[in-house]
Amino acid sequence: MVAVEAFQLLFVLLFAPLLYGWIAIVRAFLSNRTPAGLLQPWRNLLRLFRKETVLPEGHSILFILVPPVFFSVIAGASLLVPFLLVSPPLAPVADAVMLVGLFSLARMTMALGAMDVGTPFGDMGARREMMVAFLTEPATLMILFTVSLWSGSTSIPSIIRSLTDGHDPFHPSLLIAALAFILVFLGENARIPIDNPTTHLELTMIHEAMLLEYSGPLLALMEWGSMQKLLLYLLIGIDFFAPSGMPEDPTLLSVLAGSGILAGKLLLLGSGIALIESLFAKLRIFRVPEFTALAYLLSTLGFLLHFVLEV
Amino acid sequence: MAPHTHILLNRLVGFLGSALLLSSFAMLSMRRMSSLVRIFALQGLLLTLGTLSVAIVAGEPHLLFSALFTFIFKVLVLPIILFRLLERLRIRGEVEVLLNVPTTMVVGLFVVVFSFALASPISELASTVSRGLIGVGLAALLLSFLMMITRKKAITQVLGFLGMENALFFSAINATYGMPMVVELGVAFDVLVGTFVFGIFFFQIRETFESFDLKHMDNTQTE
Repeated sequence: MVAVEAFQLLFVLLFAPLLYGWIAIVRAFLSNRTPAGLLQPWRNLLRLFRKETVLPEGHSILFILVPPVFFSVIAGASLLVPFLLVSPPLAPVADAVMLVGLFSLARMTMALGAMDVGTPFGDMGARREMMVAFLTEPATLMILFTVSLWSGSTSIPSIIRSLTDGHDPFHPSLLIAALAFILVFLGENARIPIDNPTTHLELTMIHEAMLLEYSGPLLALMEWGSMQKLLLYLLIGIDFFAPSGMPEDPTLLSVLAGSGILAGKLLLLGSGIALIESLFAKLRIFRVPEFTALAYLLSTLGFLLHFVLEV
Repeated sequence: MAPHTHILLNRLVGFLGSALLLSSFAMLSMRRMSSLVRIFALQGLLLTLGTLSVAIVAGEPHLLFSALFTFIFKVLVLPIILFRLLERLRIRGEVEVLLNVPTTMVVGLFVVVFSFALASPISELASTVSRGLIGVGLAALLLSFLMMITRKKAITQVLGFLGMENALFFSAINATYGMPMVVELGVAFDVLVGTFVFGIFFFQIRETFESFDLKHMDNTQTE
Protein backbone atom coordinates (compact mmCIF):
# COMPACT_ATOMS: atom_id res chain seq x y z
CA MET A 1 0.00 0.00 0.00
CA VAL A 2 2.76 2.40 0.95
CA ALA A 3 4.62 1.24 -2.12
CA VAL A 4 1.77 2.37 -4.38
CA GLU A 5 1.71 5.83 -2.82
CA ALA A 6 5.50 6.13 -3.00
CA PHE A 7 5.40 5.08 -6.62
CA GLN A 8 2.71 7.68 -7.35
CA LEU A 9 4.75 10.42 -5.74
CA LEU A 10 7.86 9.34 -7.60
CA PHE A 11 5.98 9.18 -10.87
CA VAL A 12 4.71 12.76 -10.52
CA LEU A 13 8.08 14.11 -9.31
CA LEU A 14 10.04 12.51 -12.14
CA PHE A 15 7.52 12.76 -14.92
CA ALA A 16 6.39 16.39 -14.49
CA PRO A 17 9.58 17.99 -15.93
CA LEU A 18 9.60 15.42 -18.72
CA LEU A 19 6.06 16.44 -19.68
CA TYR A 20 7.23 20.07 -19.82
CA GLY A 21 10.07 18.94 -22.04
CA TRP A 22 7.65 17.06 -24.28
CA ILE A 23 5.40 20.10 -24.69
CA ALA A 24 8.46 22.20 -25.58
CA ILE A 25 9.57 19.59 -28.12
CA VAL A 26 6.19 19.56 -29.88
CA ARG A 27 6.07 23.36 -29.84
CA ALA A 28 9.54 23.56 -31.35
CA PHE A 29 8.55 21.01 -33.96
CA LEU A 30 5.40 22.97 -34.85
CA SER A 31 7.33 26.22 -35.29
CA ASN A 32 10.18 24.63 -37.27
CA ARG A 33 12.80 25.02 -34.55
CA THR A 34 15.26 22.43 -33.27
CA PRO A 35 13.98 21.18 -29.91
CA ALA A 36 16.16 21.34 -26.81
CA GLY A 37 15.46 17.76 -25.83
CA LEU A 38 13.18 15.95 -23.42
CA LEU A 39 15.55 16.37 -20.49
CA GLN A 40 16.02 20.14 -20.78
CA PRO A 41 13.63 21.04 -17.90
CA TRP A 42 15.51 18.54 -15.72
CA ARG A 43 18.84 20.12 -16.66
CA ASN A 44 17.44 23.54 -15.80
CA LEU A 45 16.19 22.32 -12.43
CA LEU A 46 19.49 20.63 -11.53
CA ARG A 47 21.44 23.72 -12.52
CA LEU A 48 19.18 25.89 -10.36
CA PHE A 49 19.67 23.53 -7.41
CA ARG A 50 23.45 23.91 -7.68
CA LYS A 51 23.31 27.72 -7.68
CA GLU A 52 23.54 29.87 -4.56
CA THR A 53 20.45 31.64 -3.23
CA VAL A 54 20.39 35.41 -3.43
CA LEU A 55 17.77 36.92 -1.16
CA PRO A 56 16.24 40.31 -1.99
CA GLU A 57 16.50 43.23 0.37
CA GLY A 58 13.66 43.55 2.86
CA HIS A 59 12.44 39.95 2.69
CA SER A 60 10.90 38.29 5.71
CA ILE A 61 10.92 34.64 6.81
CA LEU A 62 7.75 34.16 4.76
CA PHE A 63 9.68 34.67 1.55
CA ILE A 64 11.97 31.70 2.34
CA LEU A 65 9.17 29.50 3.67
CA VAL A 66 6.91 29.84 0.63
CA PRO A 67 8.79 27.63 -1.90
CA PRO A 68 9.03 24.53 0.34
CA VAL A 69 5.41 24.92 1.45
CA PHE A 70 4.21 25.40 -2.13
CA PHE A 71 6.22 22.42 -3.32
CA SER A 72 5.07 20.09 -0.55
CA VAL A 73 1.39 21.04 -0.86
CA ILE A 74 1.49 20.16 -4.55
CA ALA A 75 3.46 16.97 -3.90
CA GLY A 76 0.91 16.07 -1.22
CA ALA A 77 -1.86 16.54 -3.76
CA SER A 78 -0.12 14.01 -6.00
CA LEU A 79 -0.77 11.36 -3.34
CA LEU A 80 -4.52 12.00 -3.55
CA VAL A 81 -5.13 11.94 -7.30
CA PRO A 82 -5.78 8.38 -8.47
CA PHE A 83 -3.96 7.58 -11.68
CA LEU A 84 -2.06 4.31 -11.27
CA LEU A 85 -4.98 2.59 -9.58
CA VAL A 86 -8.65 3.48 -9.54
CA SER A 87 -8.58 3.53 -5.78
CA PRO A 88 -5.21 4.34 -4.20
CA PRO A 89 -4.77 3.75 -0.44
CA LEU A 90 -5.53 7.37 0.36
CA ALA A 91 -8.76 7.16 -1.67
CA PRO A 92 -11.10 8.17 1.19
CA VAL A 93 -9.32 11.55 1.21
CA ALA A 94 -9.23 11.81 -2.59
CA ASP A 95 -12.13 14.18 -2.87
CA ALA A 96 -12.18 16.56 -5.82
CA VAL A 97 -13.20 19.53 -3.68
CA MET A 98 -10.30 18.76 -1.36
CA LEU A 99 -7.91 18.88 -4.31
CA VAL A 100 -9.27 22.23 -5.47
CA GLY A 101 -8.70 23.45 -1.92
CA LEU A 102 -5.11 22.21 -1.91
CA PHE A 103 -4.38 23.96 -5.19
CA SER A 104 -5.90 27.17 -3.84
CA LEU A 105 -3.70 26.87 -0.76
CA ALA A 106 -0.62 26.49 -2.96
CA ARG A 107 -1.64 29.48 -5.03
CA MET A 108 -2.26 31.60 -1.96
CA THR A 109 1.18 30.85 -0.49
CA MET A 110 2.74 31.71 -3.82
CA ALA A 111 0.92 35.05 -4.00
CA LEU A 112 1.96 35.85 -0.41
CA GLY A 113 5.59 35.10 -1.22
CA ALA A 114 5.42 37.37 -4.26
CA MET A 115 3.90 40.21 -2.24
CA ASP A 116 6.32 39.82 0.67
CA VAL A 117 9.24 41.73 -0.86
CA GLY A 118 7.01 44.55 -2.00
CA THR A 119 8.36 44.98 -5.52
CA PRO A 120 5.77 46.28 -7.98
CA PHE A 121 6.11 43.38 -10.41
CA GLY A 122 5.66 40.71 -7.75
CA ASP A 123 2.63 42.55 -6.43
CA MET A 124 1.12 42.92 -9.86
CA GLY A 125 1.71 39.27 -10.74
CA ALA A 126 0.16 38.10 -7.48
CA ARG A 127 -2.92 40.23 -7.99
CA ARG A 128 -3.36 39.04 -11.56
CA GLU A 129 -2.92 35.43 -10.54
CA MET A 130 -5.54 35.78 -7.83
CA MET A 131 -7.89 37.48 -10.28
CA VAL A 132 -7.58 34.68 -12.81
CA ALA A 133 -7.99 32.13 -10.02
CA PHE A 134 -11.16 33.62 -8.63
CA LEU A 135 -12.60 33.91 -12.13
CA THR A 136 -11.91 30.25 -12.98
CA GLU A 137 -13.03 28.85 -9.64
CA PRO A 138 -16.80 28.88 -10.33
CA ALA A 139 -16.17 27.05 -13.61
CA THR A 140 -13.98 24.48 -11.82
CA LEU A 141 -16.71 23.77 -9.29
CA MET A 142 -19.40 23.49 -11.97
CA ILE A 143 -17.23 20.99 -13.86
CA LEU A 144 -16.85 18.98 -10.64
CA PHE A 145 -20.59 18.97 -10.08
CA THR A 146 -21.29 17.96 -13.68
CA VAL A 147 -18.85 15.06 -13.48
CA SER A 148 -20.16 13.91 -10.12
CA LEU A 149 -23.79 13.88 -11.27
CA TRP A 150 -23.29 10.29 -12.41
CA SER A 151 -21.81 8.98 -9.18
CA GLY A 152 -23.60 11.28 -6.75
CA SER A 153 -20.33 11.92 -4.98
CA THR A 154 -17.29 14.14 -5.47
CA SER A 155 -14.87 11.41 -4.45
CA ILE A 156 -12.67 10.73 -7.47
CA PRO A 157 -12.60 6.89 -7.29
CA SER A 158 -16.38 6.68 -7.29
CA ILE A 159 -16.52 9.15 -10.21
CA ILE A 160 -14.12 6.95 -12.18
CA ARG A 161 -16.14 3.82 -11.38
CA SER A 162 -19.45 5.42 -12.37
CA LEU A 163 -17.96 6.46 -15.71
CA THR A 164 -16.27 3.17 -16.59
CA ASP A 165 -19.12 0.89 -15.49
CA GLY A 166 -21.77 2.22 -17.86
CA HIS A 167 -21.97 0.73 -21.32
CA ASP A 168 -22.64 3.81 -23.36
CA PRO A 169 -19.61 6.07 -23.44
CA PHE A 170 -21.24 8.97 -25.23
CA HIS A 171 -22.24 11.67 -22.77
CA PRO A 172 -22.90 15.12 -24.30
CA SER A 173 -22.72 16.76 -20.88
CA LEU A 174 -19.27 15.30 -20.21
CA LEU A 175 -18.04 16.40 -23.62
CA ILE A 176 -19.06 19.99 -22.93
CA ALA A 177 -17.62 19.80 -19.42
CA ALA A 178 -14.36 18.56 -20.95
CA LEU A 179 -14.23 21.64 -23.19
CA ALA A 180 -14.74 23.81 -20.11
CA PHE A 181 -12.01 21.86 -18.34
CA ILE A 182 -9.54 22.66 -21.11
CA LEU A 183 -10.24 26.37 -20.66
CA VAL A 184 -9.91 26.11 -16.87
CA PHE A 185 -6.71 24.11 -17.26
CA LEU A 186 -5.16 26.79 -19.46
CA GLY A 187 -6.17 29.51 -17.02
CA GLU A 188 -5.05 27.76 -13.85
CA ASN A 189 -1.69 26.69 -15.19
CA ALA A 190 -0.80 30.03 -16.77
CA ARG A 191 -0.66 28.66 -20.30
CA ILE A 192 -0.89 30.65 -23.49
CA PRO A 193 -4.25 32.30 -24.05
CA ILE A 194 -4.05 33.62 -20.48
CA ASP A 195 -0.33 33.90 -19.80
CA ASN A 196 2.82 33.22 -21.75
CA PRO A 197 5.13 30.95 -19.71
CA THR A 198 8.20 31.87 -21.77
CA THR A 199 7.77 35.64 -21.83
CA HIS A 200 10.49 38.11 -20.87
CA LEU A 201 8.22 41.18 -20.81
CA GLU A 202 7.48 41.94 -17.18
CA LEU A 203 4.35 43.96 -17.90
CA THR A 204 2.57 41.06 -19.57
CA MET A 205 3.60 38.45 -17.00
CA ILE A 206 1.25 36.79 -14.57
CA HIS A 207 2.86 33.65 -13.22
CA GLU A 208 6.47 34.56 -14.01
CA ALA A 209 6.16 37.97 -12.35
CA MET A 210 5.61 36.24 -9.01
CA LEU A 211 8.87 34.33 -9.34
CA LEU A 212 11.06 37.27 -10.38
CA GLU A 213 12.69 37.68 -6.96
CA TYR A 214 13.43 34.00 -6.43
CA SER A 215 16.76 32.44 -7.35
CA GLY A 216 18.71 29.21 -6.98
CA PRO A 217 17.12 26.23 -5.16
CA LEU A 218 14.10 28.29 -4.08
CA LEU A 219 13.29 29.10 -7.70
CA ALA A 220 13.86 25.45 -8.61
CA LEU A 221 11.30 24.38 -6.00
CA MET A 222 8.72 26.84 -7.34
CA GLU A 223 9.30 25.78 -10.95
CA TRP A 224 9.20 22.10 -10.08
CA GLY A 225 5.99 22.63 -8.10
CA SER A 226 4.34 24.38 -11.06
CA MET A 227 5.37 21.55 -13.39
CA GLN A 228 3.79 19.04 -11.00
CA LYS A 229 0.65 21.14 -10.86
CA LEU A 230 0.34 21.02 -14.65
CA LEU A 231 0.76 17.25 -14.64
CA LEU A 232 -1.75 16.84 -11.80
CA TYR A 233 -4.35 18.89 -13.64
CA LEU A 234 -3.91 16.68 -16.68
CA LEU A 235 -4.23 13.58 -14.48
CA ILE A 236 -7.45 14.91 -12.94
CA GLY A 237 -8.73 15.59 -16.44
CA ILE A 238 -7.94 12.00 -17.44
CA ASP A 239 -9.72 10.74 -14.30
CA PHE A 240 -12.84 12.71 -15.18
CA PHE A 241 -13.10 12.39 -18.93
CA ALA A 242 -11.00 9.45 -20.16
CA PRO A 243 -10.51 7.01 -17.28
CA SER A 244 -10.66 3.82 -19.33
CA GLY A 245 -7.68 1.49 -18.99
CA MET A 246 -7.05 2.33 -15.35
CA PRO A 247 -6.43 -0.89 -13.36
CA GLU A 248 -8.62 -1.74 -10.38
CA ASP A 249 -6.44 -4.39 -8.68
CA PRO A 250 -2.96 -3.59 -7.39
CA THR A 251 -0.91 -6.31 -9.10
CA LEU A 252 2.41 -5.29 -10.58
CA LEU A 253 1.51 -6.33 -14.11
CA SER A 254 -1.79 -4.43 -14.31
CA VAL A 255 -0.20 -1.33 -12.78
CA LEU A 256 2.57 -1.45 -15.39
CA ALA A 257 0.06 -1.86 -18.24
CA GLY A 258 -2.08 0.93 -16.80
CA SER A 259 0.85 3.31 -16.53
CA GLY A 260 1.79 2.53 -20.14
CA ILE A 261 -1.69 3.59 -21.27
CA LEU A 262 -1.49 6.61 -19.00
CA ALA A 263 1.84 7.69 -20.49
CA GLY A 264 0.31 7.45 -23.96
CA LYS A 265 -2.63 9.64 -22.92
CA LEU A 266 -0.27 12.19 -21.36
CA LEU A 267 1.89 12.38 -24.50
CA LEU A 268 -1.26 12.96 -26.54
CA LEU A 269 -2.55 15.65 -24.19
CA GLY A 270 0.87 17.31 -24.09
CA SER A 271 0.86 17.55 -27.88
CA GLY A 272 -2.65 18.99 -27.67
CA ILE A 273 -1.44 21.73 -25.31
CA ALA A 274 1.49 22.47 -27.61
CA LEU A 275 -0.93 22.73 -30.55
CA ILE A 276 -3.18 25.17 -28.66
CA GLU A 277 -0.16 27.25 -27.69
CA SER A 278 1.07 27.39 -31.27
CA LEU A 279 -2.31 28.34 -32.71
CA PHE A 280 -3.48 31.04 -30.33
CA ALA A 281 -2.04 34.35 -29.21
CA LYS A 282 -2.02 35.56 -25.65
CA LEU A 283 -5.22 37.36 -24.67
CA ARG A 284 -5.19 40.88 -23.32
CA ILE A 285 -5.65 40.77 -19.58
CA PHE A 286 -8.99 42.56 -19.92
CA ARG A 287 -10.26 39.79 -22.14
CA VAL A 288 -9.58 37.17 -19.46
CA PRO A 289 -13.03 37.59 -17.82
CA GLU A 290 -14.57 36.81 -21.20
CA PHE A 291 -12.49 33.64 -21.45
CA THR A 292 -13.45 32.47 -17.98
CA ALA A 293 -17.08 33.46 -18.55
CA LEU A 294 -16.99 31.10 -21.52
CA ALA A 295 -15.60 28.32 -19.30
CA TYR A 296 -18.34 28.91 -16.73
CA LEU A 297 -20.96 28.99 -19.45
CA LEU A 298 -19.80 25.69 -20.94
CA SER A 299 -19.66 23.92 -17.58
CA THR A 300 -23.12 25.14 -16.61
CA LEU A 301 -24.50 24.09 -20.00
CA GLY A 302 -23.05 20.63 -19.46
CA PHE A 303 -24.64 20.51 -16.03
CA LEU A 304 -28.06 21.50 -17.40
CA LEU A 305 -27.88 19.22 -20.43
CA HIS A 306 -27.36 16.26 -18.13
CA PHE A 307 -30.88 16.73 -16.78
CA VAL A 308 -32.45 17.31 -20.16
CA LEU A 309 -30.75 14.58 -22.18
CA GLU A 310 -29.35 11.91 -19.93
CA VAL A 311 -31.72 11.17 -17.10
CA MET B 1 -32.02 -2.44 -35.40
CA ALA B 2 -29.87 -3.74 -32.60
CA PRO B 3 -30.66 -1.99 -29.30
CA HIS B 4 -27.03 -1.05 -28.75
CA THR B 5 -26.65 0.94 -31.97
CA HIS B 6 -30.05 2.43 -31.24
CA ILE B 7 -28.85 3.82 -27.93
CA LEU B 8 -25.66 5.05 -29.57
CA LEU B 9 -27.57 6.88 -32.30
CA ASN B 10 -29.88 8.36 -29.70
CA ARG B 11 -26.82 9.65 -27.86
CA LEU B 12 -25.55 11.01 -31.15
CA VAL B 13 -28.74 13.01 -31.59
CA GLY B 14 -28.29 14.36 -28.08
CA PHE B 15 -24.71 15.27 -28.82
CA LEU B 16 -25.65 17.05 -32.05
CA GLY B 17 -28.35 18.94 -30.19
CA SER B 18 -25.88 20.17 -27.61
CA ALA B 19 -23.47 21.12 -30.39
CA LEU B 20 -26.30 23.13 -31.99
CA LEU B 21 -26.88 24.92 -28.70
CA LEU B 22 -23.15 25.62 -28.43
CA SER B 23 -23.12 27.02 -31.96
CA SER B 24 -25.91 29.41 -30.98
CA PHE B 25 -23.73 30.60 -28.12
CA ALA B 26 -20.79 30.86 -30.51
CA MET B 27 -22.89 33.11 -32.76
CA LEU B 28 -23.61 35.29 -29.74
CA SER B 29 -19.94 35.58 -28.87
CA MET B 30 -18.38 36.06 -32.31
CA ARG B 31 -16.93 39.45 -33.10
CA ARG B 32 -16.14 39.09 -36.80
CA MET B 33 -18.82 39.12 -39.44
CA SER B 34 -17.28 36.43 -41.66
CA SER B 35 -16.84 33.96 -38.80
CA LEU B 36 -20.48 34.57 -37.93
CA VAL B 37 -21.51 33.35 -41.38
CA ARG B 38 -19.13 30.40 -41.07
CA ILE B 39 -20.75 29.39 -37.79
CA PHE B 40 -24.14 29.71 -39.42
CA ALA B 41 -23.01 27.21 -42.08
CA LEU B 42 -21.69 24.91 -39.34
CA GLN B 43 -25.05 25.14 -37.60
CA GLY B 44 -26.71 24.09 -40.84
CA LEU B 45 -24.39 21.11 -41.04
CA LEU B 46 -25.20 20.09 -37.46
CA LEU B 47 -28.88 20.42 -38.27
CA THR B 48 -28.44 18.17 -41.30
CA LEU B 49 -26.64 15.52 -39.28
CA GLY B 50 -29.24 15.79 -36.51
CA THR B 51 -32.07 15.32 -39.00
CA LEU B 52 -30.29 12.37 -40.56
CA SER B 53 -29.79 10.59 -37.26
CA VAL B 54 -33.38 11.22 -36.14
CA ALA B 55 -34.49 9.81 -39.50
CA ILE B 56 -32.46 6.65 -38.90
CA VAL B 57 -33.43 6.23 -35.24
CA ALA B 58 -37.12 6.77 -35.84
CA GLY B 59 -37.25 5.09 -39.25
CA GLU B 60 -38.92 8.05 -40.92
CA PRO B 61 -37.76 8.12 -44.55
CA HIS B 62 -39.23 11.52 -45.37
CA LEU B 63 -36.80 13.09 -42.90
CA LEU B 64 -33.99 12.00 -45.20
CA PHE B 65 -35.33 14.41 -47.81
CA SER B 66 -35.56 17.14 -45.19
CA ALA B 67 -31.92 16.50 -44.36
CA LEU B 68 -31.01 16.83 -48.03
CA PHE B 69 -32.89 20.12 -48.39
CA THR B 70 -31.35 21.42 -45.19
CA PHE B 71 -27.92 20.61 -46.50
CA ILE B 72 -28.48 22.28 -49.85
CA PHE B 73 -30.09 25.42 -48.48
CA LYS B 74 -28.40 26.03 -45.16
CA VAL B 75 -24.92 24.70 -45.74
CA LEU B 76 -24.40 25.64 -49.39
CA VAL B 77 -26.79 28.24 -50.81
CA LEU B 78 -27.44 30.64 -47.93
CA PRO B 79 -23.83 30.93 -46.70
CA ILE B 80 -22.64 31.52 -50.28
CA ILE B 81 -25.24 34.27 -50.73
CA LEU B 82 -24.27 35.81 -47.39
CA PHE B 83 -20.56 35.70 -48.18
CA ARG B 84 -21.17 37.38 -51.52
CA LEU B 85 -23.30 40.00 -49.80
CA LEU B 86 -20.50 40.68 -47.30
CA GLU B 87 -18.07 41.01 -50.15
CA ARG B 88 -20.22 43.28 -52.27
CA LEU B 89 -21.17 45.48 -49.33
CA ARG B 90 -17.48 45.53 -48.27
CA ILE B 91 -18.31 44.62 -44.68
CA ARG B 92 -15.19 43.48 -42.89
CA GLY B 93 -15.48 45.18 -39.56
CA GLU B 94 -16.43 43.86 -36.20
CA VAL B 95 -19.90 43.17 -34.97
CA GLU B 96 -21.33 46.05 -32.98
CA VAL B 97 -23.20 45.08 -29.85
CA LEU B 98 -25.60 46.90 -27.58
CA LEU B 99 -24.73 44.71 -24.60
CA ASN B 100 -21.15 43.50 -24.11
CA VAL B 101 -20.37 39.88 -24.89
CA PRO B 102 -19.90 38.39 -21.36
CA THR B 103 -23.17 39.98 -20.18
CA THR B 104 -24.97 38.59 -23.22
CA MET B 105 -23.55 35.15 -22.39
CA VAL B 106 -24.85 35.29 -18.83
CA VAL B 107 -28.27 36.44 -20.05
CA GLY B 108 -28.10 33.57 -22.56
CA LEU B 109 -27.49 31.14 -19.72
CA PHE B 110 -30.65 32.32 -17.97
CA VAL B 111 -32.50 31.94 -21.26
CA VAL B 112 -31.31 28.32 -21.44
CA VAL B 113 -32.47 27.56 -17.89
CA PHE B 114 -35.81 29.19 -18.62
CA SER B 115 -36.41 27.27 -21.83
CA PHE B 116 -35.36 23.92 -20.31
CA ALA B 117 -37.83 24.48 -17.49
CA LEU B 118 -40.49 25.55 -19.98
CA ALA B 119 -39.94 22.57 -22.28
CA SER B 120 -39.92 19.80 -19.69
CA PRO B 121 -43.76 19.44 -19.48
CA ILE B 122 -43.98 19.65 -23.29
CA SER B 123 -41.44 16.86 -23.77
CA GLU B 124 -43.43 14.61 -21.47
CA LEU B 125 -46.39 14.95 -23.84
CA ALA B 126 -44.38 14.22 -26.99
CA SER B 127 -43.90 10.65 -28.14
CA THR B 128 -40.79 10.99 -30.31
CA VAL B 129 -37.50 9.28 -29.56
CA SER B 130 -35.61 12.54 -29.14
CA ARG B 131 -38.16 14.47 -27.09
CA GLY B 132 -35.56 15.64 -24.58
CA LEU B 133 -34.18 17.89 -27.29
CA ILE B 134 -37.28 20.07 -27.53
CA GLY B 135 -35.86 22.19 -24.73
CA VAL B 136 -32.56 22.45 -26.55
CA GLY B 137 -34.32 23.64 -29.72
CA LEU B 138 -36.32 26.17 -27.72
CA ALA B 139 -33.16 27.44 -26.04
CA ALA B 140 -31.40 27.84 -29.40
CA LEU B 141 -34.46 29.71 -30.68
CA LEU B 142 -34.45 32.17 -27.79
CA LEU B 143 -30.68 32.63 -28.08
CA SER B 144 -31.03 33.64 -31.72
CA PHE B 145 -33.77 35.99 -30.64
CA LEU B 146 -31.41 37.42 -28.04
CA MET B 147 -28.86 37.94 -30.78
CA MET B 148 -31.39 39.87 -32.86
CA ILE B 149 -32.16 42.10 -29.90
CA THR B 150 -28.60 42.88 -28.86
CA ARG B 151 -27.04 43.63 -32.24
CA LYS B 152 -26.98 46.99 -33.96
CA LYS B 153 -26.26 46.16 -37.58
CA ALA B 154 -28.92 44.95 -39.97
CA ILE B 155 -26.92 42.02 -41.31
CA THR B 156 -26.30 40.48 -37.87
CA GLN B 157 -29.99 40.71 -37.19
CA VAL B 158 -30.68 38.78 -40.37
CA LEU B 159 -28.19 36.13 -39.25
CA GLY B 160 -30.07 35.96 -35.95
CA PHE B 161 -33.27 35.47 -37.88
CA LEU B 162 -31.76 32.63 -39.92
CA GLY B 163 -30.44 31.01 -36.75
CA MET B 164 -33.92 31.24 -35.31
CA GLU B 165 -35.31 29.41 -38.32
CA ASN B 166 -32.68 26.67 -37.83
CA ALA B 167 -33.69 26.26 -34.20
CA LEU B 168 -37.36 26.15 -35.09
CA PHE B 169 -36.70 23.42 -37.62
CA PHE B 170 -34.72 21.45 -35.05
CA SER B 171 -37.50 21.69 -32.45
CA ALA B 172 -40.09 20.63 -35.02
CA ILE B 173 -38.09 17.53 -35.94
CA ASN B 174 -37.67 16.50 -32.34
CA ALA B 175 -41.24 17.24 -31.28
CA THR B 176 -43.19 15.72 -34.20
CA TYR B 177 -40.65 14.25 -36.67
CA GLY B 178 -40.85 17.36 -38.78
CA MET B 179 -43.62 19.21 -40.51
CA PRO B 180 -45.23 17.94 -43.72
CA MET B 181 -42.93 18.11 -46.74
CA VAL B 182 -44.90 20.92 -48.38
CA VAL B 183 -44.58 23.14 -45.33
CA GLU B 184 -40.88 22.45 -45.00
CA LEU B 185 -40.19 23.23 -48.64
CA GLY B 186 -42.31 26.34 -48.41
CA VAL B 187 -40.39 27.57 -45.35
CA ALA B 188 -37.06 26.80 -47.00
CA PHE B 189 -37.95 28.82 -50.10
CA ASP B 190 -39.39 31.58 -47.95
CA VAL B 191 -36.11 31.88 -46.11
CA LEU B 192 -34.22 31.88 -49.39
CA VAL B 193 -36.38 34.60 -50.90
CA GLY B 194 -36.23 36.46 -47.60
CA THR B 195 -32.46 36.47 -47.77
CA PHE B 196 -32.55 37.88 -51.31
CA VAL B 197 -34.97 40.59 -50.22
CA PHE B 198 -32.78 41.39 -47.21
CA GLY B 199 -29.83 41.63 -49.56
CA ILE B 200 -31.60 44.20 -51.69
CA PHE B 201 -32.69 45.94 -48.52
CA PHE B 202 -29.12 46.24 -47.32
CA PHE B 203 -28.16 48.19 -50.43
CA GLN B 204 -31.18 50.44 -49.97
CA ILE B 205 -30.41 50.99 -46.29
CA ARG B 206 -26.84 51.88 -47.07
CA GLU B 207 -27.81 54.25 -49.85
CA THR B 208 -30.37 56.04 -47.72
CA PHE B 209 -28.53 56.21 -44.39
CA GLU B 210 -24.91 55.48 -45.42
CA SER B 211 -24.66 53.04 -42.54
CA PHE B 212 -26.13 49.75 -41.42
CA ASP B 213 -26.87 50.94 -37.94
CA LEU B 214 -30.57 50.48 -37.40
CA LYS B 215 -30.88 53.37 -34.97
CA HIS B 216 -30.96 55.73 -37.97
CA MET B 217 -34.21 54.15 -38.99
CA ASP B 218 -35.87 55.31 -35.79
CA ASN B 219 -35.62 58.91 -36.93
CA THR B 220 -37.41 58.51 -40.23
CA GLN B 221 -40.58 60.52 -40.60
CA THR B 222 -43.82 58.59 -40.51
CA GLU B 223 -46.91 60.20 -41.88
